Amino acid sequence: MDDRVGGEEQGFDTSKLLKNAARQRDERNYDDFLIIDVDSHHYETEAFREIAQYIRDPVLRNEALYQGAGSGGITSELGNYQSMAGRVTRYPGRRKEKTPAKPHRDITLMRRWMDAMGVDIACMFPTPMLNLASCQRIDVQVGLATAYNQWLCEHILDEDSRLKSMLYLPLHSPSACEEIIAEFADRKGVIGFMVTAPHYASVYDNAYAKSYAALQERGLPLAFHAGFPSGDQALKLTNRFIGLHALGFPWFNMIHMTNWIINGMPERFPQLKTIWIESGLAWIPFLMQRLDNEFMMRTSDAPLLKRLPSEYMQEMFYSSQPMERVRNAKALEVTFEMINAPSQLLYSSDYPHWDMDLPSTIYDLPFLSETAKRDILGQNARKLFKLGDALSDTKLARRHARGGVR
Amino acid sequence: MVDTLVCSESELAEGRMRLVQAGQAEIAVIRKDGRYYAYENVCPHQGGPACEGVMMPAVRDVIDAGGICRGQQFDEAEMHIVCPWHGYEFRLSDGRHAVASGLGLRRFEAFAREGSVFVRV
Repeated sequence: MDDRVGGEEQGFDTSKLLKNAARQRDERNYDDFLIIDVDSHHYETEAFREIAQYIRDPVLRNEALYQGAGSGGITSELGNYQSMAGRVTRYPGRRKEKTPAKPHRDITLMRRWMDAMGVDIACMFPTPMLNLASCQRIDVQVGLATAYNQWLCEHILDEDSRLKSMLYLPLHSPSACEEIIAEFADRKGVIGFMVTAPHYASVYDNAYAKSYAALQERGLPLAFHAGFPSGDQALKLTNRFIGLHALGFPWFNMIHMTNWIINGMPERFPQLKTIWIESGLAWIPFLMQRLDNEFMMRTSDAPLLKRLPSEYMQEMFYSSQPMERVRNAKALEVTFEMINAPSQLLYSSDYPHWDMDLPSTIYDLPFLSETAKRDILGQNARKLFKLGDALSDTKLARRHARGGVR
Repeated sequence: MVDTLVCSESELAEGRMRLVQAGQAEIAVIRKDGRYYAYENVCPHQGGPACEGVMMPAVRDVIDAGGICRGQQFDEAEMHIVCPWHGYEFRLSDGRHAVASGLGLRRFEAFAREGSVFVRV
């Protein structure tokens, strides 16, 4: 049934897969400006034995090395067929891709897609570990999160200044969140911290106040990265990945956003910047309208708020992917207006996942000015994360080769 | 109209594809069940190399007369070209999207002549 017309039997090459992305890069002159991708991924499972060596509890480390991090076949969760049974070829192809011994394989793979798309700097996250919160053992969540963060700092972020990350916080253990922030906040390439949204934990809990205060004091953003726990009671009612994904990703961010607003977190931690990642954009106008309407009738339910919920939401940051391609183009334009996209929207690819977005999803929008496009593609993130404005070495080399200004 | 040589017929096996550059366009020529199909190798979604992925039959839900779902089947009579970037599916027969027929791949005429395969641009 796998009737491959293109033929990848001889191996797989990210640069070849993305040759049309490279053409878009050149046609749109991405070499002339900075592009920062705030949400991309690697498959940390390929390096799991390396990561497991960093688990500090020796018993847990031994167990992780014995059990591995694999998941099993068709009877496991719906998320396992997001590649659509081989239709999205980079999933099976990735394992066949050849990389040199140095730098680390994950650095090589990241650089290949970044260079093809014209991305200068990428904030990278794990992939299967996004579901770590569904593990019922809190000690495993903490042990693996800490090990992954240390491994990422030492093997990836220390080695390549184009790669950044917002490190994983195991929200089910408030004390571990504090310890991780204290230990890793000053490491090279750490530009914030990230919670995977599918947590059964209330973000307004006083137990997190110390972590929020620590992030606020350091000027580091807190990101909520969406996910789809197929074990969720309501999401269990879906039987196809499209249902699980379409609902699951915005659902948990809507819950956490609602709790964040209604409990006045923007007033309690006014300098703490939040980023809402990978839920698309269509949910934001919905929630703004819903919360504003109910708040006007029930202000006593949210006494800390001095403004409408949507006004706080307009000051938060949102990653762009997966940007909904809607039949009525006006809906997208109104969404951009409602979220103050020119200053609050951050381009993200989510590469290499199945629903990745190229920079052209932003660059080709007819209602944005050139300045707004460049801000969303790079400058908003540069300011938020206090990053430099230097283009990647590959962009500079291309500019030099054609006689441009370095 | 210019006829561009793609390859000899023997170089394009059943169910396989060859790419040819014709001016600015990269065109994929596919041989399936003795026929030749040609489409520009650019997906109308985000520009992916639409013809370099897998080819798969359409998937059908099987619903009986009583409205009961009896599972799913592949429909071998409707083959799809699947863009490897995101999975957009286009009918091999005419290059149109499997559902949104207003969306499609740019189509060209492909044919065999005296043992060689050509695409007309």
